[in-house]
Amino acid sequence: MIMSIRDLFKKNKPNKNITITREQHSVPEGIMTKCPECNHVMLTKDLQKNKKVCPNCQYHHKMTAKERIDDFLDEGSFQSIDDHLQTVNPLNFPGYIEKVTSDMQKTGLNEAVLTGVGELEGRQVVVAVMDSFFRMGSMGSVVGEKITRAIEKATELSAPFIVFTASGGARMQEGVISLMQMAKTSVALERHGAKGNLFISIMTHPTTGGVSASFASLGDINLAEPKALIGFAGRRVIEQTVREKLPNDFQTAEFLLEHGQLDAVVSRHEMRKTVSTIVKLHVREAI
Amino acid sequence: MVKTLSFEEPLVQLRSKITELKEFTSNTEVDLSKEIEQLEERFTNLEKDIYHHLRPWDRVQIARHPERPTTLDYIHELFDDFIELHGDRTFGDDAAIVGGIACFEGTPITIIGHQRGKDTKENIRRNFGMPHPEGYRKALRLMKQAEKFKRPIICFIDTKGAYPGKAAEERGQSEAIARNLLEMAGLKVPIISIVIGEGGSGGALALGVANHVHMLENSTYSVISPEGAASILWKDAALAQKAAEAMRITAPDLKEENIIEEIIPEVLGGAHKDVHKQAQFLKDVLQSSLDKLKDLSEEELIEQRYHKFRKIGTFSDKDFQKTSDKLK
Repeated sequence: MIMSIRDLFKKNKPNKNITITREQHSVPEGIMTKCPECNHVMLTKDLQKNKKVCPNCQYHHKMTAKERIDDFLDEGSFQSIDDHLQTVNPLNFPGYIEKVTSDMQKTGLNEAVLTGVGELEGRQVVVAVMDSFFRMGSMGSVVGEKITRAIEKATELSAPFIVFTASGGARMQEGVISLMQMAKTSVALERHGAKGNLFISIMTHPTTGGVSASFASLGDINLAEPKALIGFAGRRVIEQTVREKLPNDFQTAEFLLEHGQLDAVVSRHEMRKTVSTIVKLHVREAI
Repeated sequence: MVKTLSFEEPLVQLRSKITELKEFTSNTEVDLSKEIEQLEERFTNLEKDIYHHLRPWDRVQIARHPERPTTLDYIHELFDDFIELHGDRTFGDDAAIVGGIACFEGTPITIIGHQRGKDTKENIRRNFGMPHPEGYRKALRLMKQAEKFKRPIICFIDTKGAYPGKAAEERGQSEAIARNLLEMAGLKVPIISIVIGEGGSGGALALGVANHVHMLENSTYSVISPEGAASILWKDAALAQKAAEAMRITAPDLKEENIIEEIIPEVLGGAHKDVHKQAQFLKDVLQSSLDKLKDLSEEELIEQRYHKFRKIGTFSDKDFQKTSDKLK
């Protein structure tokens, strides 16, 4: 057989690196979970049982707002408020309402925060829990309004206000109105505080942008979950601006604690007890 | 030589044609005065036409004009006896925010504003008007001082945003901004904020929780820059022009949304054309704003500020049934 020179360089052998076609899931979707931090594979059921904390590396997986309420408050004590508020499309962004509607179905929430009244070891508290599975927990009019109404409810009841933040920041699609939600929530917090009421902010992964630069940072006591990303500007933006490599722990809860920006980093297993004790220590009558 | 903006090109061309003709007549015997007069008239009409029909992106360009008057320009035009006060007493003095005490029409006031530079050297010193936490903490210190001595506070907003840097994060940029929002809400003296250039996001709002918020006609106020919005929403920063329109960031847009009280008119072509005249327009609005606020009690001032921000938001709370249907 006569071969041309060119044929000598042609790949005619079967590829040595045979790609192994992945075995079709013998395990149904969702039964196992891989930890994004340490790659440990575990039963989802076991992860749930452990408050969604990786048993191997203690990585705190994101919780939905409903999971948080179930974990944090006394069983059956939670009554949600303002579930009827609905997002509109002030700037007529194409597809915005569709995206919000699809997240409503996905999360079972009307917007990226769940608010209401409940009890923590028998004491009445008002809580707002943000859900990062809903539009990255971003804050538009409804989120701002629900949080403001929850603060006002707490002021009215002279109850502590407790927020769990999880948000990428202000919601672009509502423009400057989103920005103004930072001011709206802050003026309500000022009133709440001026009457001697307690506000505890618990920052969870991630808390950035307009949410971190408003109510999240305004707690009488600011707590955070381990390793939570907390910051004003995005890491990529900062790296482009300062043109230097940022430390690995940059903008983590531990980094903020070290720089004096947090009262404490509290693991999820200790959170209920810790917050409950803080609330107890703020009861004005004798304990 | 004042920098011309892209939409001003036709004006520049017409002006050079007129100058050319004028030179030509002065050097020859031909009388072209009639033609020149006609062209001058056309120029005036064109000028009006262009400046009265500015598109959002044109306004963004005017707001960013390198010669646009800054906080210090207006301070020198509007106030007497200005004494600049420096430092946050904790970390340092941020040159991206200036503040101090002065006299406005016989009344002692506290004045605070973002400060850009007008050339590269000054811009580097002032970090292009993008504050660090110590800038916001200096502002808060001066506001508390104003409250103690019962002086009204005037804030000028002019920043692309709070600085996104490593040191800023370490020292608590978020907390510094958030603290100002909360503390401004509770101040017992009148606060008036005027957006004089760019009002960029939280870094602008940190001087903006006021009883009255006004904007210069060609200033902008937004949650994110048009470039940032374009790259997030359409993954393409080049679509900034489109984003400037979609995001509704100009003074007329914010007036329509009831977020600001008044639009302060600008001299034809933008504030940089005549700082002195522009300052007069500011002075009129400042005066009437102060007059409206001066009779309010401390509680009423706080109450008015609370309601101003409390009511901002666009949502529906009627359609209860529809929402619950969607959730099923």
